[in-house]
Amino acid sequence: MRNTKNGRHVLDISRRGLLQGASALGAAALVGPLGTSYASAAPKKGGTLRVGIGHGNTSDSYDPATWTDLFAQTFSAARCGYLTEITADGSLAGEVAESWEASDDAKVWTLKIRSGLEFHSGKTVTPDDVVASLNHHRGEDSKSAAKPIVEAIKDMKIDGSNVVVTLEAGNADFPFVLSDYHLAILPSADGKIDANTSDGCGGYVVDSYEPGVRATMKRNPNFWKEDRAHFDGAELLTIADSAARQNALVTGEVDVIDRVELNTVHLLKRSKDIKILATTGTQHFTFAMDTRAAPYDDNNVRLALKYAVDREELVEKILSGYGEVGNDHPIGTSNRYHASGLEQHAYDADKAKYYLKQAGLDSLDVSLSAADAAFAGAVDAAVLYSEKAAAAGINIKVVREPNDGYWSNIWMKKPFCAVYWGGRPTEDWMFTTAYASGAPWNDSFWEHEKFNKLLLEARSELDDAKRRVMYEEMQAIVSSEGGVVIPMFASYVMAHSTKVAHPEKVGANWSLDGFRCVERWWFA
Amino acid sequence: MIAQRIGLGLLTLFVISLLIFGAIELLPGDLAQEILGQSATPETVAAFRRELGLDLPAYERYLGWLGGVLQGDFGNSLANGRPIADLIAGRLGNTLFLALYAAAIAVPLSLALGILAALYRNSLYDRAVNVFTLSSISFPEFFVAYILIFYLAQSGFFPSIAKITPEASLAEKLYRTFLPALTLTLVVTAHMMRMTRAAIINLLASPYIEMARLKGVQPGRLIVRHALPNALAPIINVIALNLAYLITGVVVVEVVFVYPGLGQLMVDSVAKRDITVVQAAALIFACAYVLLNLTADVLSTMSNPRLIHRR
Repeated sequence: MRNTKNGRHVLDISRRGLLQGASALGAAALVGPLGTSYASAAPKKGGTLRVGIGHGNTSDSYDPATWTDLFAQTFSAARCGYLTEITADGSLAGEVAESWEASDDAKVWTLKIRSGLEFHSGKTVTPDDVVASLNHHRGEDSKSAAKPIVEAIKDMKIDGSNVVVTLEAGNADFPFVLSDYHLAILPSADGKIDANTSDGCGGYVVDSYEPGVRATMKRNPNFWKEDRAHFDGAELLTIADSAARQNALVTGEVDVIDRVELNTVHLLKRSKDIKILATTGTQHFTFAMDTRAAPYDDNNVRLALKYAVDREELVEKILSGYGEVGNDHPIGTSNRYHASGLEQHAYDADKAKYYLKQAGLDSLDVSLSAADAAFAGAVDAAVLYSEKAAAAGINIKVVREPNDGYWSNIWMKKPFCAVYWGGRPTEDWMFTTAYASGAPWNDSFWEHEKFNKLLLEARSELDDAKRRVMYEEMQAIVSSEGGVVIPMFASYVMAHSTKVAHPEKVGANWSLDGFRCVERWWFA
Repeated sequence: MIAQRIGLGLLTLFVISLLIFGAIELLPGDLAQEILGQSATPETVAAFRRELGLDLPAYERYLGWLGGVLQGDFGNSLANGRPIADLIAGRLGNTLFLALYAAAIAVPLSLALGILAALYRNSLYDRAVNVFTLSSISFPEFFVAYILIFYLAQSGFFPSIAKITPEASLAEKLYRTFLPALTLTLVVTAHMMRMTRAAIINLLASPYIEMARLKGVQPGRLIVRHALPNALAPIINVIALNLAYLITGVVVVEVVFVYPGLGQLMVDSVAKRDITVVQAAALIFACAYVLLNLTADVLSTMSNPRLIHRR
């Protein structure tokens, strides 16, 4: 991408960037991390918040099974209630579920459904609605992106105002799973939800929705949370082009934007009416290797590739400093059981050479597939990687792949490729999604007996100290033997006008305050 | 003649629908994979295909679609189930509004500039107009758009995004869409202006113009009364082409100004392989070309008495 700097304003010119604005995507993911702090006064009521979002497609719909990007996520977080909510400090709070209790083996969970909740249509929220809403993602005919995360549910029963969920195997983190953005609670009839309803039990009622263009909402007068939903209304706009998005903020057409272009963020910063907001959670960018195929089936080769990447340089040049270096495991510093004692992998051409020698090689030729659909700057990151790796005798041929169809044609098809992960709020969820044996998104096709055994044990373990030991050991295993190079954790970088205020702590689990800026923020 | 042309137009539309369908089939991936993206698993993709009938052979899906269209039913969007007629109606309205707005500025402007340029050819004015219009057509549209935003939107004269709601009044709409219309005007003016100028100058060497000049006709009158009527045919054709472009080719401008037109709908739908929407949008674009070309031919025939009164 090329940028021209004109005075204090920002002009970002890129035809390619224009046409693919909406192609970046969000995987099913959540995080529980440390937010950013700002001093702020007590919330005030009123005003209409206008948010410019870089996602949103004409083909979007109300059906929670198909939600993938930030527009759908932010829209549904304002409109719908969820069983649980990840708060700004990363802990878990009850929403539609008032409280929950686990059996000793963490296999049976009893969720108490909050009484007196109403949908916008006036219908009471009942345990039947909860069961139907979860069932929408289960079963053979489910086309839901959330199917793998509710697959662990074996059975659900209604007991008075409780929903009793029986899992296939114990999972101490199950309530976290219920906060996933697909699992919105919607009204049901005859055990089924109407997937195309605009109803919900969140803080805002839908006024109008034109997929790929805009959604407008009004405050729900019956909303049960007293210290939330301060705006009278909200308008979410799809602005795919990053220059248009920044212009809209500069000219006051919108109040908040997400995905600030990192190349020009320093220019936007100069305006005194605009504040940049960056949060670092579990979003990370990776290079995944197919560990079934030569040469990646040799761990020495994988280690050589891990020592051949200059992490500091990638954070500085690709993320403009908005991020942290990764240590080849997917658990971020904001996670509960982050292993801080592990040796940090750093660029070391001699070590990389040493491991190549261990693998019986003098030099290594590999192809790395990348496209900006994987993550913004993926192709540049791959080129930097290639430049630095050359010193270790590793020749990385960067293959620029088309953005269109990247996830169906390149990811998990090419043996070495760039990948985006939004991350998950818990260690178990992240490992189970992308590192466990046979997981559908195990993109390195990695099989590790000890790791898989630990994963199962830790999942049903309720003792915190024991879990920490197990999760730290698992991070060590993934870091030193896994098939994924994880050079960086990327911040979510947003910008808002100084008229908008937010709580001191802003959720870092996702962009826009964990999708909930409409519910949590206010006008100063 | 017109009936024959309409018949050929319909045949063109049919061939285009086949081509578009085939082209989308050739693209890697299908709707289920594109919608689920990184979150796809083999089972959910299969369930998606079953529900939407994407697992049927291509010819069956095409014939099903064709059958619906022949009965006037464009069907529903595969991606979100909304009726395509509704989906397209609003977008088509927006696209036509912007195209007409831009044309209403661009066509009179380029005709006037072209006639004046022919009148004062090789003067300083002629050169200035040529340099200006050719530069604005030579820059990519999004660059022109950004320059306009930089000078006219960041200074607060016009909004930087063309957000229009159905309730907005006409004046409000004209104000909010001024920058995109101006961008399009700058992009299409050069073509029409140059054609007007060239067509008129071509005629100025003809004996009948020489005659008119010798009998003492003023230069302005010479061009408007004597030269222009004979230059109309090529000018009309160029205007028709540019109008078609204003309807079909403005997706980049739509993206920069966040204007919900048909082009954006088409690009979104291709990205998600939502084939029914792509087909409908493509047919509308093709119709625009067929109709405008037909109109241009009829009008240029009428402008030429030799063609009307054939022996």
